[in-house]
Amino acid sequence: MAREAWLAALADGWADPARLYSAGRRAQQLSDAARAAFAESLDVRPDEVSFWPSGTTAAQAAVLGALAGRARSGDTLVHSAIEHSAVLHAARRGKAVEVGVDRLGRLDLSAWDTAVSAPGVALASLISASHEVGTVQPVAAAAGYCGEAGVPLFVDAAQSVGRAAVPAGWSLLSASAHKWGGPPGVGVLVVRKGVRWISPYPQDDLYRPGLPGSVDLPAVVAAAASLRAVQADSQAEAVRLSALVDRIRARVPELVPDVEVVGDPEQRLPHLVTFSCLYVDGEALLHALDRTGFAVSSGSSCTASTLKPSHVLEAMGVLSHGNVRVSLHRGTTEADVERFLAVLPGLVERIRREAGM
Amino acid sequence: MIELDCRGQKCPLPVIRLAQNIGRVEVGDVVRVLADDPAAANDIPAWCRMKKQEYLGSPESDAFEVRRLN
Repeated sequence: MAREAWLAALADGWADPARLYSAGRRAQQLSDAARAAFAESLDVRPDEVSFWPSGTTAAQAAVLGALAGRARSGDTLVHSAIEHSAVLHAARRGKAVEVGVDRLGRLDLSAWDTAVSAPGVALASLISASHEVGTVQPVAAAAGYCGEAGVPLFVDAAQSVGRAAVPAGWSLLSASAHKWGGPPGVGVLVVRKGVRWISPYPQDDLYRPGLPGSVDLPAVVAAAASLRAVQADSQAEAVRLSALVDRIRARVPELVPDVEVVGDPEQRLPHLVTFSCLYVDGEALLHALDRTGFAVSSGSSCTASTLKPSHVLEAMGVLSHGNVRVSLHRGTTEADVERFLAVLPGLVERIRREAGM
Repeated sequence: MIELDCRGQKCPLPVIRLAQNIGRVEVGDVVRVLADDPAAANDIPAWCRMKKQEYLGSPESDAFEVRRLN
């Protein structure tokens, strides 16, 4: 679906939408149609939607632009300890207050209430669900406290859009097309009407959130089509994947000794499951799984560019080494999960034996 | 008390050394692990929780103390 839309948009949407010649107008029509499709999918107004080259740039534009827009009210960003590193990097540009999570990765709402009610808070930022452990965050309650304090809330919804509804009450929201199965290189930012946002980049006269310069229109069109397609059966797909995640959550600790499955067992994303194996080098396990045909991620320090363990696992206080994150997708079958469960115990056992355990 | 010098070792090695050596002290006694891997400060307390041992804290930087409970 996304591929067909992309090819059609390549044929019809190659021109600069800002130009007045007919090819440019055709491109503008495609751009408007994509914007309208996103607005409908996200239940917002078309002029609240802007396109960015990635979820990362969209999230960072949300944070920096909303902070700039609120400079007269305050200079402090309140954020959860489990935000995506894109948001944490933006947070380091200025003053920030971090709010912790519990062992299951759930936001400490009482600390959040205190933090957003403090004087000088310009913006609050909360990920809709942890991208590392899958725990869904109490967005509605967090938005309620922000509303009482008069502080806009930015929700990084990269993990949720296309899979689950995001509760209302936020002021800015970002998403990433490749997370819902769309093309890479498309981020979406929604800035609700009435929210002051000032571009962190030099801006042209047409004042409206967006990155200066052209967007990759064929990719944007494909992203809109793919979101529509995944939303059409997202509920059925969530039920199917969630049952497979339940199976992994239940069986891994039975099959492998000394394993900790992390994240909230119920308030969680349908497709993501994370566990840590004691005495196991996460990188070794990742490569061993890769050789047997499984592409998984890890929050262990040995797999990170920084050689530091995942800030999410640290914030939860759970084991960070031997960490494996499995993301299921539309193509994942029950047979795939069974094969994963069949090969995992032997791989873990071999790595432990080689380490002398 | 015994001391395990795991400085320069990457996780999970300090936790493996801790698990291999906890049996060398009596129940109630303490193992001190010296480790400078950034994951040690997180993973040694997590190991204590999973293996029902008592994490006593970090008396100085890169040092972690564990009391054997079982």
